[in-house]
Amino acid sequence: MSFEWLLFLRLILRPLAREPIRTALAIFAVALGVSAVVAIDLAGQAAAGSFHSSLESLAGNSDLQITAPGGLDERLLGKLVQLPYAFQFAPRIESFAFINGKGEAVPFIGLDLIGHAAQREFATDTSAQQANLLSEGYPIWVGQQLHLRAGERVPLLINDTLRTFIVAGILKPEKEKVVERVIVADIGLAQEVTGKLGKLDSIDVRTPQGKPAVDWRTILGSTLPASVSIDPQGARTQEYRKMLAAFRLNLRALSYIALIVGAFLIYNTISISVVRRRNEIGVLRALGGTRRMILGGFLAEALFLAVAGSSAGLLIGRFLAVGAVKLIGNTVQSLYVSSQPAPIHLTLAATITGLGLGLGVSLLAALAPALEASRIAPVEAMARGREEYSLALRSRSVSLWALLLVAVAAILCKLPAVRGRPVFAYIAVVLLIAATAAIIPSAVYLLAGTTHHVLQKLLGMEAMLALRALRGSIGRTSVLTAALATAVAMTTSVGIMVGSFRETVRVWMNHQLQADLYLRPAGSPGADRHPTMDPEIADRIERLPGVAAVDRFRAYRISYDGLPATLAGGESSRVRDSDATTFLPGEDRDAILSKLPTGDYAVVSEPFANEHNVHAGSILQIPLAGAVRRFRVLGIYYDYAAGGGYIILDRRTLLKYLPDPAESNVAVYLKRGVEAGAVRRGIGRVIGGRAVMVFSNGALRRGALQVFDRTFRITYALEAVAVIVAVMGIAGALLAMVIDRRREFALLRFLGASQLQVRGIILCEAGLLGLLANAIGLILGAILSLILIFVINKQSFGWTIQFHWPAALLLTALTGIYAATVLAGLYPARTAVRMNPIEMIHEA
Amino acid sequence: MALLEVKNVTKVYHAGSAPVLALREISLDLDSGDFVALAGKSGCGKSTLLNLCGAMDFPTSGEVILGGQVTSNLTDAGLTRLRREKVGFIFQSFQLIHTLTAVENVELPLLLAHRSGARAIAAERLRRVEMKEYAHRFPHQLSGGQQQRVAIARALAGNPSLLLADEPTGNLDSATGDTVLTLLRRTAHEFGVAVLTATHSTESAAMFDRIVRMRDGRIAEAAVLL
Repeated sequence: MSFEWLLFLRLILRPLAREPIRTALAIFAVALGVSAVVAIDLAGQAAAGSFHSSLESLAGNSDLQITAPGGLDERLLGKLVQLPYAFQFAPRIESFAFINGKGEAVPFIGLDLIGHAAQREFATDTSAQQANLLSEGYPIWVGQQLHLRAGERVPLLINDTLRTFIVAGILKPEKEKVVERVIVADIGLAQEVTGKLGKLDSIDVRTPQGKPAVDWRTILGSTLPASVSIDPQGARTQEYRKMLAAFRLNLRALSYIALIVGAFLIYNTISISVVRRRNEIGVLRALGGTRRMILGGFLAEALFLAVAGSSAGLLIGRFLAVGAVKLIGNTVQSLYVSSQPAPIHLTLAATITGLGLGLGVSLLAALAPALEASRIAPVEAMARGREEYSLALRSRSVSLWALLLVAVAAILCKLPAVRGRPVFAYIAVVLLIAATAAIIPSAVYLLAGTTHHVLQKLLGMEAMLALRALRGSIGRTSVLTAALATAVAMTTSVGIMVGSFRETVRVWMNHQLQADLYLRPAGSPGADRHPTMDPEIADRIERLPGVAAVDRFRAYRISYDGLPATLAGGESSRVRDSDATTFLPGEDRDAILSKLPTGDYAVVSEPFANEHNVHAGSILQIPLAGAVRRFRVLGIYYDYAAGGGYIILDRRTLLKYLPDPAESNVAVYLKRGVEAGAVRRGIGRVIGGRAVMVFSNGALRRGALQVFDRTFRITYALEAVAVIVAVMGIAGALLAMVIDRRREFALLRFLGASQLQVRGIILCEAGLLGLLANAIGLILGAILSLILIFVINKQSFGWTIQFHWPAALLLTALTGIYAATVLAGLYPARTAVRMNPIEMIHEA
Repeated sequence: MALLEVKNVTKVYHAGSAPVLALREISLDLDSGDFVALAGKSGCGKSTLLNLCGAMDFPTSGEVILGGQVTSNLTDAGLTRLRREKVGFIFQSFQLIHTLTAVENVELPLLLAHRSGARAIAAERLRRVEMKEYAHRFPHQLSGGQQQRVAIARALAGNPSLLLADEPTGNLDSATGDTVLTLLRRTAHEFGVAVLTATHSTESAAMFDRIVRMRDGRIAEAAVLL
């Protein structure tokens, strides 16, 4: 056995084994920190990173895709096939269906099953017997993951109609691509059931060999009208991935907080280790040990904890990813795009990231105390009496550094995003956490100095002793406070951000949703899905007694400047009369809405304006109806409906270019004093057998807030992980403190302290730590929330959020954290009480 | 009735699986004002006997009766109360709490016992041990002798009947040790307290009124010097 290994075994592992609970807590703290990072990484990759537009399924080996906002005229295909090149064209209809009208949306793809090139590339297992069924109804082919059987009759909701289809065959996986959740129909049938007769959503193009696809794209482009786009296959996937990148980055950043909290705790663990082994360090140095050996020893201890913690973290992270992917998947669905999370794989990259971050952060955190240990002179180390590690408290210079960090953070917050990523704002957050950690010792002194008498009077001498002990071990107290304060700050800042966002959305909805009833096709809503209703519904509702007005709204998913967006048309006059829609300050709402129907004008949502740097007066170029149309932006309005953003035209303008009268949504305004129930019954009769849902104003708002709350569950889960890490750290550190101060507790017993009093001192220490960390964390969190709301959110998503204190939420969260901190003292207190005072007092 | 009666006390410890006989059938009485040294080599059972007398531990057999109460009959809470009311401890390594000032250390047992006027009593005790002007210093700002004076003041803070000192001069040079013992004798006399001190130093033992010599857990010899 090598000399180094022997020393590691005896001087590092053996002491760790002697305190298994404390060691386990330290390892578990690292493990949880790493697991949060790994879980978010894996779940983010599965739900967003490996996103593949389901509408691009079954594209075969095509190279290019021809699309146009609002769809293509199918006659275009006839012209294309006459081109003097060996292109292969495959027309497509792309929509969504709900099996039995419920559950998640399933991509519904119409392909030319006779002439389609891709037909050769996806295998089905249709039998001749089943083929006979085709004559009986609407045949479809389904992906394996839908768990349907060939020959089965399946009701599918497409747009506002529920029809029964027959499963003609099961699709087999298309090479390595995921087609498990998809429904395929022949294009003619698909055109009929999606209401797109004479239309195509896209045409896949396989280019001839001999030239690169990009050259063929140019050749093809020259023969096509300006209103259509030719993009490489997979462009939509790339667009969504680009849009999801900011969302993923923010989630990742949130997951790193737990790791930062873990870093404080590793720092504390190694610092305690250094203090306890001060004498050993002296002896080792006196016996010929070098500074490098001492440094290596403590780094090896950190490495051991990090390796054990990170390895466990990988496994826990893989497990947590299963839950996280559901939460992230929900958010992606609600805000961005209909997608099915990919299977979770603990990839090599995720493993390296998790292990690398765990080891790196742990070693970095341990470096300072390990260096301090290596610099101790042997004589000084062996001298008795210095039991507490000394934090170099150069208060004045530390405070100056803290001020400098705050100043730099303030400057960084003013800097713009880097390629849409708020990199500088994140650095500012880290600097503010560091600045807070730097001023914590001064805060502890301030607390001890100012509250000493009050605490003793209120809580007795237990509080006084606890306060003195905290002040006496200022280094340890400061690190623990910093760890917990960081977790509290995270909870507070995210709580304020989410609370502010929620309140902003609530107030916005109050303005936005002015109608009495709302209609949309049944099935769960999605940001990228715009199913339509029979236009007759709105016309007939408008004629119902009691109805004052009807606002028809039609939306199309388009691509604008390489990013997904929604092009929509609404009835400007209705919006103007109803007081709905709020524009950015300085913009004349009535003038904008009055001018909107008079020509090629548009209003855009705030996220769209921020993403594409659009202002009032900007010109948007959108290819529509055979040419690129130019729309002047009249104003920018607040909108929180989805990521991506909206371009809104007046309905008449939209119909001029895309003359499909079917609506995506209908808002119904009732006459004053009319009983809503009667009108609703009338609407029910109008709807008849169509699958259209009617919501009251209140129900729509409640539903929207439910979606909102579901969206932020993942952030609450991450906060909980950071808090658990911090609280476990407190428990571990208090346990170490009890062991280190066992003689003091024994002495108290000799001096007449009861078991209850000893327990009270430790719980008081935990309570004071929690109080201090909560107070500091609350202040830091409030500051961080401003960065989250006004910098990070604005740069990432472009939303304006009004600041709001979610008092009840914060009070509940902080009370919970405080209670958990005090409870963390229970086990150490029990340990202290169970120690034999006689043995402890006589210990050397 | 004597202040402290130790009757046929035996104490067995279990170090691993092997029992260790720390005390064998010890009997000892102490009255108010007694100034007694427990002398003997290290490991002869002096500290064990002090702990039994101070209601910190129970005998395996026999009885310790302190102030008329049999310690074996008391619960932990009862023992705590008995210690608060009757016993003061002094240790070899002073055992002052380093985060508390001298006066706060003296005040501590009074606060633990919820006694009113703790600060005034603590200040008075410090005056008795000639440490009044050092009241607000922390232990690390005091010499060893000064720290032991503070420890004596602390032991006397609660007006105990019995003062137990475990090698109180063990960490001091002989001159300082003599001064501390002289102070201990004087203050104990002033307060009418019985003092039982463990020491392995023959010179120190000679300063007491009575010496009880211990060897291998037994009383080898009891001698009255005055």
